[in-house]
Amino acid sequence: MLSPESAPAIEVTDLVKAYKSVTAVGGISFAIRAGSVTGLLGGNGAGKTTTIGMILGLVLPTSGLIRVLGHDIGTERHRVLHRMNFESPYVALPHRLTVRQNLRVFGRLYGISDVEGRIEELADELNLREFVDREAGKLSAGQKTRVALAKALINRPEILLLDEPTASLDPDTADWARTRIEEFRAARGATILLASHNMHEVERMCDDVIMLKAGLIVDRGAPAELLARYGRDTLEDVFLDIARNRGAAAELAGAK
Amino acid sequence: MNAPLREDAVRYQGFSPSRVGALVLRHVYLLRSSWPRVLEVIYWPLVQMVMWGFLQSYLNQQSGMLAQAGGTLIGAILLWDILVRSQLGFSVSFLEEMWSRNMANLLISPLKRSELLVALMSVSVIRLAIGILPVTLLAIWFFGFNLWRLGLALGAFFANLLLTAWAVGILVSGLVLRNGLGAEGFAWTIMFLILPVCCVFYPVETLPEFLRFVAWSLPPTYVFEGMRALMFEGNFRADLMIRALAINGLFILVAGFVFIRLLDSARRAGTLLSLGE
Repeated sequence: MLSPESAPAIEVTDLVKAYKSVTAVGGISFAIRAGSVTGLLGGNGAGKTTTIGMILGLVLPTSGLIRVLGHDIGTERHRVLHRMNFESPYVALPHRLTVRQNLRVFGRLYGISDVEGRIEELADELNLREFVDREAGKLSAGQKTRVALAKALINRPEILLLDEPTASLDPDTADWARTRIEEFRAARGATILLASHNMHEVERMCDDVIMLKAGLIVDRGAPAELLARYGRDTLEDVFLDIARNRGAAAELAGAK
Repeated sequence: MNAPLREDAVRYQGFSPSRVGALVLRHVYLLRSSWPRVLEVIYWPLVQMVMWGFLQSYLNQQSGMLAQAGGTLIGAILLWDILVRSQLGFSVSFLEEMWSRNMANLLISPLKRSELLVALMSVSVIRLAIGILPVTLLAIWFFGFNLWRLGLALGAFFANLLLTAWAVGILVSGLVLRNGLGAEGFAWTIMFLILPVCCVFYPVETLPEFLRFVAWSLPPTYVFEGMRALMFEGNFRADLMIRALAINGLFILVAGFVFIRLLDSARRAGTLLSLGE
């Protein structure tokens, strides 16, 4: 496990992503401590997915620097990709392949030495046994989430990026998924960056929260710190204050 | 400073045949799970062979030049199908990743661009073998036309057609990456753009002067001219094959370069996260 004193797991400096007439990310900088869970919180179009896309190397920044585990994503992406993974409901696994076949393919892509053993482990940890030999396209939404999580954990990533991992799940399945992610983090000391609209999820899972609005970081802190700063009981209220620029958010914005 | 690798972290490596194999395996699983996909690979070459085979049989009953020209029809159509099927094998395998919204998963995995392309080339050969092999055997049975009789020359024809197909497949994949599935029509139609000028069924001399330069800039033209030289004169034109190989080398390099530029352009446009949607 990486020690807390080691270099940040993810370091973003002056990151900008501008499309023709739209600035999706307007020059943000942050560092994420190894082993922590950090939430990216913001409304639609705040720049969460674009930021995650740039950290993964799927989106090229207009300017700025991203370092993951000490490697520049712009020039050394392939030195670190096998140490990361990603889950999002907006990407899918091949529907016609069974769960086991999908995990076998991704296990090999990530260079796992004992792929079959790893699949068995994941089948136990994520309760995949009953449908591990069923086609991925024929699973329920909850089962698909478990499989997507299994794919994201196949290489025991040191960095796990999650883009709304529990979107469209019922509360029970969502709670189950959060628990599995927490267990993985506790067992492996992984660094997790979580983009979510679910305030309860962020409050429960994150050590640190980055509040994004219109491509800029408007605040940052532990959930308890944010609640105290805005004088609110829930992160949802903090989120609404920031989104609507009211209450303490308006005062803080004015002070800046 | 780079963070140290954890003990069980898999290590970075250069070009990996194992990752290529993983992606090939994914497509083998797909073909095994879907008989309509396999049928689709076989049926069109079969229909073409039967149709042109009957036409050849008819022309063979005529006399003179018509009979001679007719003698090459099945050979030409089988070689043309090798070209089209290889390109489709490459492009459709690429499109499968887009249709299943799996491309982002692949692009964030350690799979390198070169490994992705080599895997798609390998899958195109597998799909080609499924489609063309039985048809060449049926051509012997139905019409007494044995493509394998061409021997080493067939190997040279095959290699050159495959290289052209891959170059076109790489180019089409880049266009689809950059422009999304709206550009998938290129995969199905682009080869037919060169059909009239690469002289599948007639010699280059048939073309007007200004089109001959275009024809000789396309490697398949050399293959079809080579096939006619072999079948009419019994003469294997190694010079034609070497020239085709040189142009193919250039095509592959240009296609690879364009693919990388289009991929980077897609990354700049931020379209890769929403691919397939």
